[in-house]
Amino acid sequence: MRVTMLYFAAARERAGVSTETIELAEGATAAQALALACERHPALQAVATKLRIAVDQDFAQPDRKLRDGSEVALIPPVSGGIR
Amino acid sequence: MNRIGPEPLDAEAPLREVGGTDCGAVVSFVGTVRSSNHGKAVVRLEYEAYPEMAVRVLDRICAEARERWGARVVIHHRTGSLDPGALSVVIAAAAPHRADAFEACRYAIEFLKKEAPIWKKEIYPDGTSWVGLGS
Repeated sequence: MRVTMLYFAAARERAGVSTETIELAEGATAAQALALACERHPALQAVATKLRIAVDQDFAQPDRKLRDGSEVALIPPVSGGIR
Repeated sequence: MNRIGPEPLDAEAPLREVGGTDCGAVVSFVGTVRSSNHGKAVVRLEYEAYPEMAVRVLDRICAEARERWGARVVIHHRTGSLDPGALSVVIAAAAPHRADAFEACRYAIEFLKKEAPIWKKEIYPDGTSWVGLGS
């Protein structure tokens, strides 16, 4: 199946692209999409543990099953709770 | 209506949207670009968003504010390259009574900062840094 990957901010800079389509096995999870993204763009590896994943525009757990056509976004830490 | 985009913000636009004769209080928050952070000079900020998802997060914040405080909240957030002094976010919260309006406005900015997929990159005279990532 094919899913659309979206990279933002630091993840976009490290991937060198803002979007791409990747091919995954049926039943693959969000975590597997992230792993494949890191394989294709090794510079992502250094920040991988800090990334959250969104599937179809909602935050998702790593074990979320993807569907053909899913939109998977890598979400670096946002600007945060600094007061 | 909540909005995220590159257009310059009008601090009063959300105020006009939330007002109504059912409300006795309107509280607004305006976030602006600071020219330094942790002692470092900041030349400008570059805001980037995942706009479709960010608007959904903002809409959820407003639904929550309505449920918890009976407040109407409107949020406008800017993206792109912003100079010091520029407005980056404006929020207005209207409620029948002021305590609820203050609470709802505070909730909106704090939740936005934690959950909305909006990033800022600080540009220094000698480098850059994504806030939140530390690199």
